[in-house]
Amino acid sequence: MLFIELVVAALTLGGLYALIAMGLTLQYGVARIMNLSHGEFMIGAGFVTYWLVTSLGVNPLWALAFSLPAGFVLQWLVYSILLTPLVRRSASAAALEVDSILATFGILFIVQGILLVIWGGGFYSYEFLSVPVQVLGVPVAANRLLAAIAAFVLGIGVYLVLARTRWGAALRAMADAPQFAHLVGINPRLMATFAFALGGALVVGAGVLVSMFLPFSATMGVAFTMKALVIVIMGGVGNVLGCLLAGLLLGFVETLTARFLDPGLTMAAVFAIFLLVLLLRPQGLFGRVR
Amino acid sequence: MIRTFLRSPVTWGVLLVLVLLASVPLWVSSQYVVAYGINVLQYGVLATAWALFSGPTRYISLATTAFFGMGAYTVAVLSETLPWGALLLVAGVLGAVLALIVGLSTLRLSGVHFVIFTFGLAELVRQLVTWYEVNITRVIGRYIFLDISNVDIYWQLLALLALVLFTGAVIQRTRLGLVLRVIGEDELVAQHLGMNTTRAKVALFVLSATFMTLVGAIISPRWTYIDPAIVFNPTVSFQVLIMALLGGAGHLLGPLTGVIPLTALFELLAARFPNHFAVLLGVTFLVIVYLLPNGVFERVHQWWRRLRVSRMGMQTGSPQTYAGVAEGREAADVSDAVDDNEARP
Repeated sequence: MLFIELVVAALTLGGLYALIAMGLTLQYGVARIMNLSHGEFMIGAGFVTYWLVTSLGVNPLWALAFSLPAGFVLQWLVYSILLTPLVRRSASAAALEVDSILATFGILFIVQGILLVIWGGGFYSYEFLSVPVQVLGVPVAANRLLAAIAAFVLGIGVYLVLARTRWGAALRAMADAPQFAHLVGINPRLMATFAFALGGALVVGAGVLVSMFLPFSATMGVAFTMKALVIVIMGGVGNVLGCLLAGLLLGFVETLTARFLDPGLTMAAVFAIFLLVLLLRPQGLFGRVR
Repeated sequence: MIRTFLRSPVTWGVLLVLVLLASVPLWVSSQYVVAYGINVLQYGVLATAWALFSGPTRYISLATTAFFGMGAYTVAVLSETLPWGALLLVAGVLGAVLALIVGLSTLRLSGVHFVIFTFGLAELVRQLVTWYEVNITRVIGRYIFLDISNVDIYWQLLALLALVLFTGAVIQRTRLGLVLRVIGEDELVAQHLGMNTTRAKVALFVLSATFMTLVGAIISPRWTYIDPAIVFNPTVSFQVLIMALLGGAGHLLGPLTGVIPLTALFELLAARFPNHFAVLLGVTFLVIVYLLPNGVFERVHQWWRRLRVSRMGMQTGSPQTYAGVAEGREAADVSDAVDDNEARP
C-alpha cells in the first residue's frame, strides 16, 4: 500500500514539475529567453489564488480557469515590454542568453520582493477538498489527486497542440531552426512572444494547482525554477514530451529520496541526476545530437 | 611583459591607492570607517574575482555565495583545532576542489549548463551542510571565538584584493588571458585555433572560486555565530553580480568602480527600506542591464576615446574635410562602431 501512496505522491509532484518545465522549455526553446523568474510567477499565482479563495470565497478551480488567460496576457506583456528591447539589442543567440539571464534575474527579485512586502516570509495554505479519496484501496487527498489530473490534462493538451496544430508546427520549427523559420512564412517575433506567453500561462496554472495542496512561501519560487531548468536540460531543450517524462522522473526521485533517505536531501538528489545527465548525455535524455 | 606592467602608470596608481588604504586604520580610529571598509573590500574582492572568470569568458556564475559560504563555514567548523593560516589554507583548498568538480562537469558543455548548475549550487551546498550537521555532528549553528580584530580583517582583505588584482593583471598578459578572451568572443573559433578551452575555463573558474572562498574565510570572525542559512545567503551572489556589471566586467578595475557606489546604496536601502529591499535591488539590476550593458567603466572609456578622437581631429586637420563641420564627431562614431563590433561579435 505504501507503494501506491508513493506512486500517487510522485505522480502529483512529477506532473507539476513537468508542467512548470514545459512552460520554461517553451520560453527557452522557442523564445530563447532563459527565464530565471519563472518560479516567482508560479508562486505569485499561488498567492493570488490564496487571496481569491480566502477573502472572496472563489473556488480554486475557477481561479485555475481564470489564471490561464491572465498568465498568458501577463507574460505577453513581460515579453513585449521588458524583453523585446534585449532581443533587438543582442546580435547573437549567446548575447541574448546572457542578457536574458541578467534581466530575468532582476525580475525575479522584483516579483519576490513584492510578494514579501504584501505577504511576508511565512508559509500559506488554504482548505480545499482536503478529504481522502480511495484509490485502489489507498486513501489519497482529493486536492492532490485533482491537481495531478489537472496537471496531466494541461500537459497533454499542450503536447497535442504542439504536435497536431499549425501553430504547434510553427513553434517546433522555431525551436529547431530559428534562423530559417521566417523562410517558411513564420513571423519569428510573434511566435516568440506567443511561446513565451504560453509558457507563462502554464506556469501560472501550475501555481494555482500547487496552492491547492502544498503550503507555499514567497521565497520558494527559486527552487522550482531550478528544478524546472534541470528538467528542461534533461528532457532536451524545446522537447515538450521529454519535459513530461523528465518531470515525472524527477518527481519519483524526489519522492523516494524524501521517503527513504531524508527530506533535506531532495536538492542533492536533483543535482545527482543532473550531474549524471551532464556527464553521460549532455544533449538531454530525450534530445538528439545536433 | 613584466616591463610594460611595471612601466604602466595605472599599476603605480593602484599600488599607491592600496598603500593609502592600508594606512587608513592607523590614522582613523573610528570603528565605523573600518567596518565600512571591510564591507567595501569584501564585495570588492568578490566582484573582482567574479569578473576574473566571468568577464572575459562571458559565462555567468551565480555561485558566489556557495564559495563564500563554504569558506566561512570551514573556519567555523575548524576554528578551534587549527591555527589561522592553516584555516585559510584548508578553506582555500576546499573551495578550489568544489570549483574543480563544478567546472569539470559543466564547463565542457555550453554556457547554459554552467549557469543552471551554479544557480542551484549554493542551495545544494547549504542542504548538504545542514544535513551533515543535523545527522552526523548533531549541531546546527556554530560559534567562532577567534582573536582577530576588525582591523586585522581589513588588512587581510586588502592584501587579498591586491593579490586578486595582481593575479588578474598577470593573467591578462599571458597566453591564458588570450585564450579566455577568444572564448568570450567566439568559443568555436577558440577551439578551431587549437586552444584547449575547457582547461582554460576550469583553471580560471577554480582560481576565481578560491578567492571567493578566502573572502568568506577571512570575514567569518566578524560573525560570532554562524549557521548555514546565514552564510549561504543567495542575495550575496546577486549583489556581487550587479556590482561587477555596473562597473563593467570587461576590465580588471571595472568591478571596483561598481562596488563603491553600490555598497553605499545597499547599506542605505537596507537601513531605510528594509521591507522593500528586494524590490529595489531588482529595479537597480534592471536599470543597469538596460541602460549600462557594458558597465560604467566601458562607458567612461568610450567618452574618453570620443574626446581624444575629436581633439585629434582638430589638431591634425580633418582627414575627410569635405564631410563637413561634424567630422570630429563622425570620426568618433566610426571608431565607436568599430569598438562595438569588437565588443559584441
